[in-house]
Amino acid sequence: MKRTVICGLAAAALLLAATSVWAQAKGKISGGVVKIGVLDDMSGLYSDIGGQGDVVAAQMAVDEMGGKVLGAPIQVVSADHQNKPDVGAQKAREWFDGDVDIIVGTVNSGVSIAVSKVANEKHRLFINSGAGSTRLTNEDCNPYTIHYEYDTYSTGTTTAKPIVASGGKTWFFLTADYAFGKSLQADTSKFVEAAGGKVLGSVLHPLSASDFSSFLLQAQASGAQVIGLANAGGDTINSVKAASEFGITKKQKLAALLIFISDVHSLGLNAAQGLYAATGFYWDHDNDTRKWSKAFAAKMGGKMPTMVNAGTYSSTLHYLKAIQAAGTDDPDAVVKKLKEMTLNDATVKGGKIRADGRMVHEFYLYQVKSPSESKGPWDYYKLVSTIPGDQAFQPLSLSRCPLIKK
Amino acid sequence: MSEIFGVPIAALFGQLVLGLVNGCFYAMLSLGLAIIFGMLNIINFAHGAFYMMGAVFTWFLLNTWNIGWWWSLLLAPLAVGIFGIFVERVFLKRLYKVDPLYGLLLTFGLALVIEGLFRYKYGVSGLPYGIPEVFQGALNLGFMFLPKYRGIVVLATLVVCFTTWFVIERTQLGAYLRAGTENPPLVQAFGINVPVMITLTYAIGVALAGLAGVLAAPTLQVSPLMGSNLIIVVFAVVVIGGMGSILGSILTGLGLGLIEGLTKVFYSQASNTVVFMIMALVLLVRPAGLFGREK
Repeated sequence: MKRTVICGLAAAALLLAATSVWAQAKGKISGGVVKIGVLDDMSGLYSDIGGQGDVVAAQMAVDEMGGKVLGAPIQVVSADHQNKPDVGAQKAREWFDGDVDIIVGTVNSGVSIAVSKVANEKHRLFINSGAGSTRLTNEDCNPYTIHYEYDTYSTGTTTAKPIVASGGKTWFFLTADYAFGKSLQADTSKFVEAAGGKVLGSVLHPLSASDFSSFLLQAQASGAQVIGLANAGGDTINSVKAASEFGITKKQKLAALLIFISDVHSLGLNAAQGLYAATGFYWDHDNDTRKWSKAFAAKMGGKMPTMVNAGTYSSTLHYLKAIQAAGTDDPDAVVKKLKEMTLNDATVKGGKIRADGRMVHEFYLYQVKSPSESKGPWDYYKLVSTIPGDQAFQPLSLSRCPLIKK
Repeated sequence: MSEIFGVPIAALFGQLVLGLVNGCFYAMLSLGLAIIFGMLNIINFAHGAFYMMGAVFTWFLLNTWNIGWWWSLLLAPLAVGIFGIFVERVFLKRLYKVDPLYGLLLTFGLALVIEGLFRYKYGVSGLPYGIPEVFQGALNLGFMFLPKYRGIVVLATLVVCFTTWFVIERTQLGAYLRAGTENPPLVQAFGINVPVMITLTYAIGVALAGLAGVLAAPTLQVSPLMGSNLIIVVFAVVVIGGMGSILGSILTGLGLGLIEGLTKVFYSQASNTVVFMIMALVLLVRPAGLFGREK
């Protein structure tokens, strides 16, 4: 038994060595094919946010390039990380040791931080548009990780701003007990305190808790004017639902610090109306977004894209364009190109990737419409304000990323 | 004295009431499991999937045929029960003579398939379902506002649990049932159709899960994952209460809901593990569970 294992390992090692030599010999495009790996929550509580939609979005970018870059074919592969960091890191390792060039999508901050470490170790690219935690471009930043679309700083502060301005000075947080929730709470707290507000307390809840009423009761007892929901997906949905059931929204204001259009769709406008939604993308923003989103929806059984889906499309597209511009798929050359480019497509206007890996672009504050304002399915948001990229995201002066020399 | 360990008494009562509401769902689900295990010796891992089916069916009735919550109370458990009959007749009846482990594997696989199909059809974000109009609003209990609907859930659960317990432990029919599982050939010799009785028992067990699903639809998110989020806790409840003990599963379900509620006040991070810590402790001290009998 032991001998077969050793033999197997030796054979695998030889094979790997052989393929990498072959890959290097091949020239401009390693392995003769550009492989894009969509590593996502395909079946769990975040799968409506990223999931299959991300695979479709990546494929749309590939199709837009005509399925080829520098004469080499482009392939999209996908896998389920099951919201488990160890599974995600394992899959990333397997992919990067094989011929996958880049990982895109990837909801869940815990998994994303693990994957970004593998990317750094293997010198392959990881462009994340699904996770929220600002750790990806701060403590855990590295040259091979790019954080696209949004983060907890941008959604947290953008949502908090109008609430604090209209008098919501005291806050209590309901926080998902892992990297993302804590990051969202921390980023929002800092903003609230800087604006003269006060954080009265917080309660940590387990990921995908089934009942939120008791956490909300604690929030209610705190007497805070605003209850900040530092969670996402199903957890946010259940929190909002329970809050309206317990009549908490009559005296206290609810701030969903990260809410996706899929969450609003699931809640229904009756429960969600009036909530602020900070997002980097909304399907009904302009003609470009509408056109792209309708093409997406046609492939997804009528479901409109989330901002994560849009980010996956845009990041894949620009990765391929950067290969074209660099004339190679060598990760270092591609990253250099990406950071020089100005990103423009159907979903992103004037985006820039900074040295810390943060992609900054225009951000939007929307408010959820009331049932009478909505004209039909998926007509959920009205625009409140547009925030320029340099204000929406954490400024480089506050960066904790070692790549940034101060 | 208005505080206990720094927590206001009013808040504590509030949490206990909420714990009781959650305990009701545990009780009703573990009751079904206990009946099925007690009578059929099947560890029904698909129970969470049946619960989810009940909730999704409730949503489906409203959105397709505009059939409201009251009718769903009857129709959804019925539909789930009929599906249960199908499962029992086609799959489970072949497994009575082999190790219970096979039943567990089969139902576990079945749960994965059912959940996968629903996920494929409906996604995971969940489907909106409002609270029935008569139960909107809240009752002022002095120390908290209890939404009327949650109060109804507690009442309904108590009625259902008591009725089930009464039928099985105190009526002629229940006596047949218990005898039928103890010694099928003998009971059959008295002219009682044991296989049909067993099928119906399974159907009623899963119909209870469907009913819990209907009750859950207005308060929790109706989603294909709702069953798997809950079922592990429910199994812990059954183990703590004693496999197959009907009264045990009811009392343990309610009790654990209360304990979980308290944990959420004092150390919320532990609220999803406290049940399992208790399970480990109980297994150390009383391996057959609190209300179980050693066989």
